[in-house]
Amino acid sequence: MNLIESFKISIKALAANKARAALTMLGVIIGVSSVILLISIGSGVTKEVTGQLEGLGSNLIYVMPGNYEEMMSGNAAAYSGAMLGRQFTVEDVNAVETQISDKAYVTPYIENSARVVRGTNNTVSTVLACGGNVGDVMDLKFSEGRGYTRSEVMGSARVVVIGTEVKKTLFSGIDPIGEEVKINNQRFRVIGVDIEHGGGMMSGGQDNAVSMPYTTAQNLFNSSNINAIMVKAKNPDDMSYIEMRVRQILRPDYGTDFSVFSQDQLLGIMGTMMSVLTYMLAGIASISLLVGGIGIMNIMLVSVSERTREIGIRKAIGARTWDILAQFVIESILLSVLGGAVGIALGALGALAISRVLTTSVTAWSVTLAFGFSVAVGVFFGVYPAWKASKLDPIEALRYE
Amino acid sequence: MTVAPRTERIEDASRDSAQPVSGGSGDGGGQRAVLEVRSVSKVYQISEDVQVHALREVSLAVHAGDMLAIVGPSGSGKSTLMHAIGLLDKPSSGQVLVNGTDVTDMSGNELARVRNREIGFVFQSFNLLPRTTALDNVALPLIYAGVGAGERTRRARAALERVGLGQRMDHAPSQLSGGQQQRVAIARALVTEPSIVLADEPTGNLDSKSGIEVMAFLQELNSQGITIVLVTHDAKVAAHAERVVTLVDGTVTSDKQLDVSDRVSAQRELEELV
Repeated sequence: MNLIESFKISIKALAANKARAALTMLGVIIGVSSVILLISIGSGVTKEVTGQLEGLGSNLIYVMPGNYEEMMSGNAAAYSGAMLGRQFTVEDVNAVETQISDKAYVTPYIENSARVVRGTNNTVSTVLACGGNVGDVMDLKFSEGRGYTRSEVMGSARVVVIGTEVKKTLFSGIDPIGEEVKINNQRFRVIGVDIEHGGGMMSGGQDNAVSMPYTTAQNLFNSSNINAIMVKAKNPDDMSYIEMRVRQILRPDYGTDFSVFSQDQLLGIMGTMMSVLTYMLAGIASISLLVGGIGIMNIMLVSVSERTREIGIRKAIGARTWDILAQFVIESILLSVLGGAVGIALGALGALAISRVLTTSVTAWSVTLAFGFSVAVGVFFGVYPAWKASKLDPIEALRYE
Repeated sequence: MTVAPRTERIEDASRDSAQPVSGGSGDGGGQRAVLEVRSVSKVYQISEDVQVHALREVSLAVHAGDMLAIVGPSGSGKSTLMHAIGLLDKPSSGQVLVNGTDVTDMSGNELARVRNREIGFVFQSFNLLPRTTALDNVALPLIYAGVGAGERTRRARAALERVGLGQRMDHAPSQLSGGQQQRVAIARALVTEPSIVLADEPTGNLDSKSGIEVMAFLQELNSQGITIVLVTHDAKVAAHAERVVTLVDGTVTSDKQLDVSDRVSAQRELEELV
């Protein structure tokens, strides 16, 4: 007997028990779709985060408080140290800037959050604040208006550039340039609108951010802290020299309690963290796929014992061991493959639905993985019941009531 | 129902076939044995020191064109013998030959192939696949014989027409009467053109009229040259055969050729019923 005949027999058997087949497949469907969905979220976030880092411009060096290298090596004490590391001050930024100004642009960086209000509308935004030469360090683009100037930074001017989401929330259908908003109850004048970065909620919130001079932000939050120092090499060849110089300048004051990353390193670190997150999500989802597989095995075992007599008849009239084995293995593979296909479709649809709030990216490898895994589940969990069926003694099987 | 128009042929055939068989009685002469068992024994080990001898040194040859009945009370070993003849079970000792080929040492898969080609089974409880049309049930052995789909359908149709169920091909077993189901089973047994049709209590689950119809049918097939081995506990059923082998306690106690006058014609019984 050839495989096509085995297929036909298996399809007929499944069609005879449609509800049961559908419910069995449901386990695999849920497993596969959750694998696809969770991986798509993980990959989407990874793509978004790395895209944003890249979008900031090239040849960047980030200087942050805390010892990230030790944190990355898994030292828990270092981890909390990094989180609570001693913050930089404007003096540190100036020290770095004066010593390497021939080779690089240097700007302080502050990140915080605040409530932005206009009339009855309000939103909680990320506040991003840099120095007057921010345009030299990062590639800034504005869809409307302009960025803040050096003199506005010097004068702690209460001016703000808003992200597209903020504009949408507070200024629907109105030109925001020159309008007033309140940030933490202080009045600010809108001078520009950032271009749209896309990516929604998990994008680090660039579209939902407002930018202002760092001096203004220090006043706003009543803090002299600088969260990071951003350095941009004028010539890419100087990157390692600049890194070394920055370390030299800060070491006397901070010891090892600060970290210097080039953009490539940061991308690498983020990439590693994100893939760990993605694999973790995939792993959790795989558990449900495993449960689905056990469901298949369960139903196949029931099916084999229900059809003992049928197996006896088939064997008596000439079915070989292999014919029976193939019939039942194909049946379980069909269940898992159909379940896998539906699961992929549902997972992709789910990813599409979620992409309204979260960046998702259905990758080819996740589809391949989920599908391959579901086929493997079908074979793995189908072989034992099929083997049991194929080993039945025809005389016993024919006697079975 | 389709048996009626064939009345004359059956009676003619039974008279004709009686001649050579009675002539060749006794040793079986130069007739070809389609199936032969030689000193077959079957021992079941129930527990460490309890053995049951289901068959003791049974020898039997079935010749082409025979209609042979194996009779015996329950526990006589006739089921065990049928399983050995049907290649469903291996004897503890002795040999089984199909068309002169020793199949005793064949593997399970090789036996499956021989069963598929040489033996057609008719069971007491029909053993048709449920929820499967008569046509598909009859075509089933051909699937395992590797026959292509078109050819399968053609041959299954022919077999069903031969048993008079040409109008019931698309009916599932549950939509057929017991007698009709048994005829589907007979069609399934015939479709591979086996050397031998093995019928195990073929009338056991049928009312007496359907039972007689099935016997008439088997007699007609035999008159057309098909070798039939009938396994039954019922002497009345066995009386339809040409040759009756009696089994008691795993041993053949008698093996006799029935005289034409003793042999019951199921067709005549049917006529008497009406």
